[in-house]
Amino acid sequence: MANQKSVLSPIPGVFYRKPAPDKEEYVKEGGNVKAGDVIGLVEVMKSFYEIKAENDGVLAQYFVENEDLIDAGQEVAVIIEQ
Amino acid sequence: MAYFKKVLIANRGEIARRIIRTCDKLGIETVAVYSEADAESLHVSEAAEAVCIGPAQAKKSYLNIEKVIQAAKETNADAIHPGYGFLSENPEFVKRCEEENIVFIGPSAETIGLMGSKLESRIQMQKAGVPVVPGTDQSIDSIEEAIKIAGELGFPLMLKASAGGGGIGMQLVHNQEELAKVFDKTRQMANSYFNDGTVFLEKWISQPRHIEVQVVADSHGNVMHLYERECSIQRRNQKVIEESPSPYLDEELRMQLLEAAVRGVKQIGYTNVGTMEFIFDEHKNFYFLEMNTRLQVEHPVTEEITGLDLVELQLKIAAKEALSFKQEEISKTGHAIECRLYAEDPVTFFPSPGVITKLELHEDTRYDFGFQSGSKVTPFYDPMIGKIIVHGISREQAIEKMQKTLEGMEVQGIKTNLPLLEQIMKNDQFKRGNYTTQFITQNTELLKN
Repeated sequence: MANQKSVLSPIPGVFYRKPAPDKEEYVKEGGNVKAGDVIGLVEVMKSFYEIKAENDGVLAQYFVENEDLIDAGQEVAVIIEQ
Repeated sequence: MAYFKKVLIANRGEIARRIIRTCDKLGIETVAVYSEADAESLHVSEAAEAVCIGPAQAKKSYLNIEKVIQAAKETNADAIHPGYGFLSENPEFVKRCEEENIVFIGPSAETIGLMGSKLESRIQMQKAGVPVVPGTDQSIDSIEEAIKIAGELGFPLMLKASAGGGGIGMQLVHNQEELAKVFDKTRQMANSYFNDGTVFLEKWISQPRHIEVQVVADSHGNVMHLYERECSIQRRNQKVIEESPSPYLDEELRMQLLEAAVRGVKQIGYTNVGTMEFIFDEHKNFYFLEMNTRLQVEHPVTEEITGLDLVELQLKIAAKEALSFKQEEISKTGHAIECRLYAEDPVTFFPSPGVITKLELHEDTRYDFGFQSGSKVTPFYDPMIGKIIVHGISREQAIEKMQKTLEGMEVQGIKTNLPLLEQIMKNDQFKRGNYTTQFITQNTELLKN
């Protein structure tokens, strides 16, 4: 059975799906990720914090859009373990 | 006397409140602007009028030139004070103000543009006989050229983007291989960050001190200094503690530095208040680093030792009035220290947004704060909560006062660097005044306890 793992942001801020405005997205929905891969960036007080996958699997869905404001503890994506 | 009828403050937090305070004193009406995230902020309720200029993200609100201009037009403000950061050093914004017949409280767009180019300002300063860090005065366009120049200057060197600032677009290189490795990348980064790929080389100074000179210049040709500020206590290239006078300078060196700053300012025909930043090497040689063409975060230490209101001077100069004092009439008294309170972990410096559940301050101390008990520190802007400023008859007395002030303060709900500030005030090396920009890094272990 495939196991679903939520990816939470430990901090509030502005969520980005790509490392820079002119760069590709870290991961596309449906793409494979390995534990430790960066899946998003949170801007908090002019600093940037990387959100990483904790498991290997498929990034099934993002729950927040690029540049959305997020709260601490918010679920930003879900990974289906394989 | 009032200089302007109504001033819009294109900023937030402590500096917006600071500007409102002087406007109130002078009988000038105020307009605050705010983002959706700042609707409950103190600067909004303290201004006579307030206009929401957009969503939380700075680029959609405080950095949106047209939104700010529109707010000024709607409220009939006749001048805009930009504070620091945001649009304060943006020549495009200054031009837009001019087009709309709104006075920008600061220097001209041309001067801001000139000092925004590190290479151009190096050239101007040398013309004025102000020492600059040994390096190149023209753009380096190829790696071959870079290697040739590096050979003449000698490693280690700093490869810098001319349009860079705040530590971005700088690369330390120790040898030819490292230079070759980072050259293209630095040019590319400069291009995408600042829209200007110009890079140049400067000697790297390993144990520097940052000392800056506050200057003031009106449109009638009066140019003066308001002494120096010592700003070497930094973390991640950002200042944490500032003091004036600098414990590092003797009278002779101080005079040389102050005179150099005034010469530089005269050279570029600068008006309004500004700050000339210098770097000192271990042999007490000083070099021009950059000019900040705006009010500085740490301006209160200068206000404390000179008794002048720098925001009032800005308004007066922007209204084309002549300064009413001469250089020899400005005196400094005692010693002032400022500590910046940041919402961050005191050891890792990681940001700590949240609600300040309790903020207890001393009554007889100058606090320039953007927050109070119950305020929410949002993740969208600078982590600085506020500044604690003390003034004493001597450096020793000022340090003692700061120690007592910090001990008596209580902040709950979020992490702050208060424990770090307390440790620094008790540190012997700091007390001796013998420190460089490496102080916090070198004392990490010590400061943890």
